[in-house]
Amino acid sequence: MNGWTGRPAPGGPGAGERGTGGPDGLGEDYLDGNALAGPLSEVFLIDMTSARGRCDSCGAVSAIAEARLYVNAPAMVLRCPSCSGVLLRVRRDGGQAVLDLRGFSYLTIDLG
Amino acid sequence: MGIISSGFQGRRNRDDPGLPPGQHRAEDFPVLSAGPTPRIARADWEFRIVTETGTSRHWDWAAFLALPQEDITADIHCVTSWSKLGTHWRGVALDTLFDQIETTARFSLVHSYGGYTTNVPLADLLGGKAWIVHQFNGADLPSEHGGPARLLVPHLYFWKSAKWVRGLELTGEEIPGFWETNGYHAHGDPWREERYG
Ligand SMILES: [Zn+2]
Repeated sequence: MNGWTGRPAPGGPGAGERGTGGPDGLGEDYLDGNALAGPLSEVFLIDMTSARGRCDSCGAVSAIAEARLYVNAPAMVLRCPSCSGVLLRVRRDGGQAVLDLRGFSYLTIDLG
Repeated sequence: MGIISSGFQGRRNRDDPGLPPGQHRAEDFPVLSAGPTPRIARADWEFRIVTETGTSRHWDWAAFLALPQEDITADIHCVTSWSKLGTHWRGVALDTLFDQIETTARFSLVHSYGGYTTNVPLADLLGGKAWIVHQFNGADLPSEHGGPARLLVPHLYFWKSAKWVRGLELTGEEIPGFWETNGYHAHGDPWREERYG
C-alpha cells in the first residue's frame, strides 16, 4: 500500500499531505475559529473559542479561535493551523447539532 | 450565523421536474471547500486503482488523456440544496479504466489529493454512470472545482464527485469517507433525499 491507500485517520488528511497544499493556505477560503463562537454557543454554555486543543494528527496545541474554519461545505470544518488536519466538524440536522471532535486528542477549557 | 451557510443564490422552483426534492436551481457554480485547495501540476498527477488483492494500475496525465474521451451533459445536485442543470464535462468513463482491472469488490473508497475521501459502491461507478473529468464547459477544470481532474458521479449528491481525485481503493466492505463519517448517507441518492445516514 502506498501514500493515499494508507488511510488517514477518519475525517482528516495526515500531516504527510501537507506538501500538496500550496502556499500555506494563502488566499484560501477560510475564516478564523472565532467564527465558531455563535454555532458552539448553541451547544455549550461557556465560550469554547478560547479552549485550547491538541491536534490528534500532529500534536500542535492551539486555541479554537486560532484554527481555520471552512464554512462553504456540507458542515463547518475546523482545521489545524499547523498541519491542516481536521479538528472539529459541526453541522445542523433539523433541530439537532451534530458535533464531531475526534480530531482533538483533548481540549483544555478554562472554567473561570 | 447559522451552522449551515445559506448564501448561495438560487431560484426556487418546486414544480421543476429536473429538481430532486428539497433542491433549488443555482445559475452560478458555487465553490464548496472543506479545506485548503491542493495545487497539483499535471506533470505530477497520477490516477491509481488498487484492488482488494493489492494489485494496482496507474495512469499518468499523458496515459489518461490517451484513453477514449467522452463528452458528458449532466445535472448535478449538491447536498447543501443547490442543483445545477445541464453541466458539460469531458473525461474518461470509469468503465474504460476498469477494462484493465480484475476485481470482485463491491465498494470503493475514492481518495483525493489533500486527503479527502468518499465511499461509492462499484455499481454506481460502472455502466456509464461515472467519469474522471478534466474539462468543464470546454475549458480545463480549475483547481477550485477539482482540477486537474475530479470524479463525476452525477446521479449521486455532489460530495461523492470527489475533487482532485487521485485514486480508487476497491474494498469488500464499505469504508465510510470524509462526510460519511460525519453522519452523511453512505449512498447519497438525491431523488431519495439520502442526505443523512
Ligand atoms: Zn495538526
